[in-house]
Amino acid sequence: MENIFKRLSALNATTILFLLTGIFVVLFLYAKPAIKEYGIKFLIDPRWGVSINPNKPSNNQDKAVVNQDNENIVVEEEDIGGNVPVDQEEIIQTDEEDIAINDEDALSQKSKVIYGGLIPIVGTVLSTVIAMAFAVPIAMGIAVFLSEIAPFYISKPVGVAIELLAAIPSIIYGMWGLFYFGPVVSRIFGGGSVGLLVAGLVLGIMIIPFMASLSRDSMNTTPSVLKESAYAMGATKFEVIKDVIFPYAKSGIIGSMILALGRALGETMAVAFVIGGVFKLPEKITDPSVSIPVVLANNFAESSGMSLSALFYLALILFVISFLVISFAKFYFLRDKK
Amino acid sequence: MNLEKVMDIKNFSFTYAGAEKPSLKKINLPVYEKKVTALIGPSGCGKSTLLRSLNRIHDLYPGNRYEGEILLKNQKTKEMENIFNYKKENELINLRQRVGMIFQKPTPFPMSIYDNIAYGLRLQGKKDKKELDERVEAALKGAALWDEVKERLKDDARGLSGGQQQRLCIARAIAVEPEVLLMDEPTSALDPISTVAIEELVTKLKDKVTIVIVTHNMQQASRISDFTAYMYLGELIEFGTTEQIFLNPKKKNTADYISGKFG
Ligand SMILES: Nc1ncnc2c1ncn2[C@@H]1O[C@H](COP(=O)(O)OP(=O)(O)OP(=O)(O)O)[C@@H](O)[C@H]1O
Ligand SMILES: [Mg+2]
Repeated sequence: MENIFKRLSALNATTILFLLTGIFVVLFLYAKPAIKEYGIKFLIDPRWGVSINPNKPSNNQDKAVVNQDNENIVVEEEDIGGNVPVDQEEIIQTDEEDIAINDEDALSQKSKVIYGGLIPIVGTVLSTVIAMAFAVPIAMGIAVFLSEIAPFYISKPVGVAIELLAAIPSIIYGMWGLFYFGPVVSRIFGGGSVGLLVAGLVLGIMIIPFMASLSRDSMNTTPSVLKESAYAMGATKFEVIKDVIFPYAKSGIIGSMILALGRALGETMAVAFVIGGVFKLPEKITDPSVSIPVVLANNFAESSGMSLSALFYLALILFVISFLVISFAKFYFLRDKK
Repeated sequence: MNLEKVMDIKNFSFTYAGAEKPSLKKINLPVYEKKVTALIGPSGCGKSTLLRSLNRIHDLYPGNRYEGEILLKNQKTKEMENIFNYKKENELINLRQRVGMIFQKPTPFPMSIYDNIAYGLRLQGKKDKKELDERVEAALKGAALWDEVKERLKDDARGLSGGQQQRLCIARAIAVEPEVLLMDEPTSALDPISTVAIEELVTKLKDKVTIVIVTHNMQQASRISDFTAYMYLGELIEFGTTEQIFLNPKKKNTADYISGKFG
């Protein structure tokens, strides 16, 4: 009995490992053609779906210009019609279809289509950084308030409300961001009502409840006698929070941040609504851009061959980024834990 | 004997938030300077409640009610001040640094051994590295822990054994040179050897600081204390020198408890 149980649990644990490597291998296999084609330069190439003809440099120029134009049009459309998102989506999609058709043509004329991941990578990283910079201080404030400052009759209902907020599907945050929050942000910070900043802030708002309630739970595990002994040394409430509760709950708090970070990195629906969906390197943080999950979600249906492989390459990169960030955070912050 | 009161509990009653009956009823108890006073009595009689009133740690939780006075000698003016007149936060902090506390379970802070001891000093605003080093060393020597930890001051305090952790807590408390040290069953979670170490420490600390100690262990009370207060159901039944309480208690209830008839 004991033995069976041990084996079962070991099996479960190894299954996770197999799944993880399995996913990695599949991503890698599908991405292989693109990896072969573009190599590591994929990471720093800002062109996505741009066809070039190696034999006719001038044509190449033209194509690039045409593509530029398309983008500009899209941006303008956005500025004018910020309130008609449906149209906008369609415009973007038709654009890409056009390009795809061009690609086919171009291919038959022995020209090449270039895919580079720089823009979605930058978009993903920046929107996540904005989200974390915005969410961490607020979530910590909420957690401290709920676990240490608020009286029970406030902390209980507010805590429940925050747990409910954490359970709202992300698409609702996306819609709210697009129709209400985006315009507010653009009025305050300038820029369009969709863009990196809005995406980052909506992401931040989305992960705050999650981070706050997990951090509060782990702060609540601080034994009251430990807090009492700090007070008995003459510490103030702030000093007790800073010197005893935070260090004691450190691993739980960092764990909540890591989970929130993972969620922000991979979030698709909320971001798709508010990031703009434009392949353009942002110059300001209020500029529209695109993130890896959004590219994947928007383009999978129409892709095949090299473009599909390029999408898998992007997916692989997202996988690796998440993996690296999370293992770095784990090892760096929790290294002295035995 | 030349006896000076350092604290004086007068007609003190205490009711926990939400409780109907008071947990302490009209307690009158003197605490003599540089002596060890033991609080004994059966479980639930209010020993911890009384001890925790002396540094007002009860104030952390809202809704508790109390009546009466607890006086503490002002070392400058030599006058007795009612600790319940302290209203401002810095007065409370000052009270807690003058009346230190050791808990039943060791409570090392999640930081290094050195930082644990320096914590109270830093709270007082002391930053000078040399002074801190000296006071940390003195406190650890005072708590008979220096030789065991001098090589590993930077290690996490939670890596020490239970007995070492409890001596660390004592060192941490005496580092700020309190006038009174409250101990709530400080050895009940420790092995016999660590218990002896703490008892020796208490006897040694008596030169410098007044100690009020709660204990369930009769031998311990008789070994280390000068005065003993016997409590029962929230009331102080009998107070006297430890010798008198243990050898010829005046009340039958006290005698029964001490001889182990209940408890
Ligand atoms: N937080 C609290 N809220 C309400 N009542 C309490 C609280 N803490 C203690 N009491 C009650 O106060 C009375 C005295 O408790 P106290 O902890 O002071 O006893 P004690 O003498 O220290 O007992 P022990 O020897 O078991 O530690 C008990 O009846 C207890 O039920
Ligand atoms: Mg007790």
